[in-house]
Amino acid sequence: MARIESEIGTPKGGFMKWIDDRFPFTETMKAHATEYYASKNFNIWYVFGVLAMVVLVIQLVTGIFLTMNYKPSSAEAFASVEYIMRDVEWGWLIRYMHSTGASFFFIIVYLHMFRAMLYGSYKKPRELIWIIGMLIFFVLMAEAFAGYLLPWGQMSYWGAQVIISLFGAIPFVGETLVEYIRGDYSISDITLNRFFALHVVALPLALIALVFVHIVALHHVGSNNPDGIEIKYHKGPDGIPLDGVAFHPYHTSKDLVYIIAFLMVFSFVMFFAPEMGGYFLEHANFEPANTMATPEHIAPVWYFTPFYAILRAVPNKLWGAILMAAAVLLPLFLPWLDRCRVKSIRYRGWIYKTALGTFAISFLVLGWLGVQPAEGKYVLMARVFSVLYFAFFLLMPYYTAIDKTKAVPDRVVYHG
Amino acid sequence: MTDDVDRNRRHFLTLATAVTGGAGIALAAIPFLSSLKPSARAQALGAPVEVPLASLEPGEMIRVEWRGRLVFVVRRTEEMLARLQQVEAQDLLRDPESKVTEQQPDFAVNGYRSAKREFLVIEGSCTHLGCAPLPQFQVGPSDDWFGGFFCPCHGSKFDLAGRVYKGVPAPTNLRVPPYRFIKDDVIMIGAETGAA
Repeated sequence: MARIESEIGTPKGGFMKWIDDRFPFTETMKAHATEYYASKNFNIWYVFGVLAMVVLVIQLVTGIFLTMNYKPSSAEAFASVEYIMRDVEWGWLIRYMHSTGASFFFIIVYLHMFRAMLYGSYKKPRELIWIIGMLIFFVLMAEAFAGYLLPWGQMSYWGAQVIISLFGAIPFVGETLVEYIRGDYSISDITLNRFFALHVVALPLALIALVFVHIVALHHVGSNNPDGIEIKYHKGPDGIPLDGVAFHPYHTSKDLVYIIAFLMVFSFVMFFAPEMGGYFLEHANFEPANTMATPEHIAPVWYFTPFYAILRAVPNKLWGAILMAAAVLLPLFLPWLDRCRVKSIRYRGWIYKTALGTFAISFLVLGWLGVQPAEGKYVLMARVFSVLYFAFFLLMPYYTAIDKTKAVPDRVVYHG
Repeated sequence: MTDDVDRNRRHFLTLATAVTGGAGIALAAIPFLSSLKPSARAQALGAPVEVPLASLEPGEMIRVEWRGRLVFVVRRTEEMLARLQQVEAQDLLRDPESKVTEQQPDFAVNGYRSAKREFLVIEGSCTHLGCAPLPQFQVGPSDDWFGGFFCPCHGSKFDLAGRVYKGVPAPTNLRVPPYRFIKDDVIMIGAETGAA
């Protein structure tokens, strides 16, 4: 901590002391790594936070290199992406790394969020970590949406047309707002240029700032664990939680194994299936944007499809937009919708287990429905699963209050 | 050092500073927000466009760009015009009399939604979420289809005057842009009011 004036500048202590007198390096390393104690019973669900950081770095680095060859103008954008793919040395690799990274970012973030729902990581005292995390999710959605316009393909253009038109559904101010977003009377060069600014400057800055705050808040209250108990209630004589191990080197060395395994999966997709059958990169996007004709079948990229299916399930423009926004926003309120005091699914009753299972299935089915044509039985299914999706959140205060729970242990336990 | 702080004075100064600072931030936001609006160039490019109609055969459609938006111009045959009444007679339309005023200039509030009955001038942007509807002018195969525009995105349907069908996600009729006939067979899209 603070040193007295006379100590500064004394020759003893070497280089690290010189640094530490001027910047709290050792102190920070201790607080956030070597003396940050996280539960020793973390399972695989606890790796997605670290993996999200890995993908964030991949996206930032590949993004910077893509920017060096990409041209954010409607006349040149499509050709400059093809130029990166064909003429820039290793350009195809950098671009596929970025596009594959976008999809993996969402896979990881969805699993990371589901982990929080499994083990009650959003509950007191971690409500703010959850809310900051949701803000990260919103910024990530905006970042992905802005990025998808940049290649200026058919799906870029018409996808943006549909999503921006949604804001037009807002009564009174909608049309004006849409004009402020586009900066023009239609999606044009001007729109592309500003989406580029958002995608490469504004939103990444917001993302990095929020991730920083997310981690500061996490390290302040301490990580949750699969038993959903607070390890700092049981400390040894040295003041270290009995069930905790230092983040570095113990969790980091374990995470490194997961990171390598993840990079193997990532590389496989990037090299052998970068388009993922039209789900990661949609086929219609290999044609340049044509303002005169909409593709026959239009669907957003897979990570938006659950919400898109909810939008299409409603036969009314305004209500469709409202319900879609509600579906995205509702998880924000989880810490207060969930009335059960037990955190972990291990000790919660059958009602919550059934509800969470139904929710997960609804989310996946809605995701699948979002890429199907909006007709006949698909619309009916989308309605049924939309109701289930909303019921999970809206009925939560009731069913979590009456659900029977098991006794929660004092210390962490190992299962199998 | 004395402790005789004038709390009222301090409170007033804090409040005055906060209000002045807040007003400053609000005023400073104006140029940034205004820069997001369509620029002078974007507005200039939104100038009216002239479309000659002489070479348009009956039953044909052309696509024109105005303000970056897609505009359909259709020369309807007498037979196509007759079908407009058939759709109306079957009560398939949500707003057959064009009562939603923002969707067309006053001159197009009629059974044909146009200045001259044979020429339909209409924006090719679905009123649901902005996809471009596809022209499908032939009758059938289903017996409630008398020809018109079909939106491939979410299945909205419009008749040969751009009037929206019931039971589809699009809330209103396709929009008729402002236009006028500057000659017998030339229209100016983007310039107000109707017939020559």
